[in-house]
Amino acid sequence: MTMNTALLEDILTRHHHDPEALVEILRDLSTAEGYLTQEMIQAVAQALRLPASKVHSVATFYSMIRTRPRGKHLVEMCQDAPCHVAGGRAVWDALQQTLGIGFGETSGDGEWSLEAISCIGLCSVGPVIRIDGEVYGNMTPEKVREVLARVAAGGEA
Amino acid sequence: MVYRAHILICAHPQCLDKGASEVEAELLKQLEAQGLKDEVQVVEVDGLGRPHQGPEMVIYPEGTHYVGLSPEVIPHIVEEHLLKGRPVLAMTYKEPPSEPLEAPAAKEVRVVLRNVGKIDPDNIEDYIAEDGYMALAKVLSEMTPQQVIDEVLRSGLRGRGGAGFPTGRKWAFAASAPGDVKYVVCNGDEGDPGAFMNRRVLEGDPHAVLEGMAIAAYAIGAHQGYIYVRAEYPIAVRTLRLAIQQAREYGLLGKNILGSGFDFDVEVRMGAGAFVCGEETALMASIEGKRGMPRTRPPFPAVSGLWGKPTNINNVETYANVPQIILKGAAWFASMGTEKSKGTKTFAIAGKVKRTGLIEVPLGITLREIVYDVGGGILNDKKFKAVQTGGPMGGCIPEQYLDTPVDYETLGQLGSIMGSGGFVVMDEDTCMVDIARFFMEFTQDESCGKCVPCRVGTRRMLEILNDICAGKGKPGDIEELERLAEYIRKGSLCGLGQGAPNPVLSTLKYFREEYEAHIYEKRCPAKVCRALIEYKIDAAACIGCTRCARNCPVNAISGTVKQPHVIDPEVCIRCGICQQVCPVNAVHVE
Repeated sequence: MTMNTALLEDILTRHHHDPEALVEILRDLSTAEGYLTQEMIQAVAQALRLPASKVHSVATFYSMIRTRPRGKHLVEMCQDAPCHVAGGRAVWDALQQTLGIGFGETSGDGEWSLEAISCIGLCSVGPVIRIDGEVYGNMTPEKVREVLARVAAGGEA
Repeated sequence: MVYRAHILICAHPQCLDKGASEVEAELLKQLEAQGLKDEVQVVEVDGLGRPHQGPEMVIYPEGTHYVGLSPEVIPHIVEEHLLKGRPVLAMTYKEPPSEPLEAPAAKEVRVVLRNVGKIDPDNIEDYIAEDGYMALAKVLSEMTPQQVIDEVLRSGLRGRGGAGFPTGRKWAFAASAPGDVKYVVCNGDEGDPGAFMNRRVLEGDPHAVLEGMAIAAYAIGAHQGYIYVRAEYPIAVRTLRLAIQQAREYGLLGKNILGSGFDFDVEVRMGAGAFVCGEETALMASIEGKRGMPRTRPPFPAVSGLWGKPTNINNVETYANVPQIILKGAAWFASMGTEKSKGTKTFAIAGKVKRTGLIEVPLGITLREIVYDVGGGILNDKKFKAVQTGGPMGGCIPEQYLDTPVDYETLGQLGSIMGSGGFVVMDEDTCMVDIARFFMEFTQDESCGKCVPCRVGTRRMLEILNDICAGKGKPGDIEELERLAEYIRKGSLCGLGQGAPNPVLSTLKYFREEYEAHIYEKRCPAKVCRALIEYKIDAAACIGCTRCARNCPVNAISGTVKQPHVIDPEVCIRCGICQQVCPVNAVHVE
């Protein structure tokens, strides 16, 4: 992936080139680009006059800052207790079965990434999954298959 | 002139077209006739939102919204509503069902949530209309910083983030710490699974938090505040940023607030997905742009916090309580709750109850009242098994303690914690070993890795629990879990490590026989742990519809049409799909 320097500059400007906003700069960049390459980490370090080791250490600490390639569609599932108790286990399995990948993995064709996420505070409609930023509540294995099929078909999820 | 009621009547063209003028004329006539002219004010407004159902009007203070009006119905409404105080419900506008915003259940008391769902969070004037920023004005014009601290101290308010440290004492420490530059920080990194009370407050009543922070800043002598919000809550961040901007425009944040000479401003900082950042020292490291790892205390943040300066850090709910305490007085706040835990607490009820969602109750209410009266009881009328309070560092409390009054001390005595207010209810179908394993997976994953007992110990505990659930448990496992729990508790710096063993210890204390059944009899009493269960088809009940066989992902089910089907336990992966799709409930677990 070639680096989008304009995007980086834009994000840095938004945060006033403030080294203290490093966490937010890296998160914004990761969200926009899908994940951070070594090249991007170097560029951020240079722009903020920080050691690359420090930027790397922060980048690898937070779960929402990704340092590994990501599929075209990002499927996330809440891994926390309220969703688990509300039937999340079956949804968890259905996601892995339908996509043919485990959590933390990306499919061979680069289409799907499956991630477990922390509680997003929508516990009253659990189990909750999120596909490309869109949230789906009250999930069941059948609904998982349905929604994934719709996203795969290119339609609005 | 003080009116006891106000009527807003719509003068929108669409309403006028449908005869709003005639309605208004009749209204004025009736008010005159009933002698209410001096008690009720009528105001024409340009639109109340439902002109297609007009003519419409809203009567305050009740806020009753009447639609489809005609001159003929006005005498009845004036007599019933304004004379007898009985709104004519048949004529009111009915909200189409959207996100259910339920009226408070009996036993609920709303202090922190008083405005949530009631005001428009994107409009500061809505908040001001509900006495918003009155407490800040009172503090700046009538009270010294010491008086503010004394008032909060007297109220008995304790930290709502979980540990329950007296808020007034915390403020007193920060106020007395030497230094010109001080900070106030709001912890909005609500990471406990199942706890979303802070999200609702930030999204529904952001100014209450800002006002609470400004009052704290005045009390300790700070001029800059930070709100740290987890990145999982993008709407809360957006709402807060807008609220801050509006407060600045109204001169309620920024330089020389309300002409008092006091300066205070707030900045929002967003996290990036790390549970441990809810710990105060880790949170401050994260604001400074570092890895969010806790450090040793002392020095406490009140002495050396953000950038080494004295810092007061409280959570969202704590700050949201403050304006009410200032306005209504410490005695009012202290009249709610128990001897040592005053006020109300919000809980997020999740799991197997009929009504899940956010509640606010006075401390001292019993667990039973929360589960049955507020939560409506167990889903499908199954049997209550346990309630898990306090998030992943909390514990599971069994049925025999349901009548315990909830406060910081009693929950601690039962091996759990108040935490930020997570409240997960479990029924008879929940396996307690599986739940303990589940929480251990969470803490093991979220351990930042700084303290070895937490980093390695939680991993070891998880491995043992995985084995037990997989039917590979062996004698001595329970004792090993208890030994590790003790090491982790004693050898960790922050609340995450110190609390990590709680789910295991509390389930061992109250549900030891379930562990023993898994280890010694290779049996899961709740029929949850896959390695210890087997799916079977009841030949007498099976109608041979082939649905299970067609849906089985591993082709473990055989049988011909209209004949009983059979599951091959060697092939079966125990996913349970056959049980879900069976139209006659012939599949059961053994």
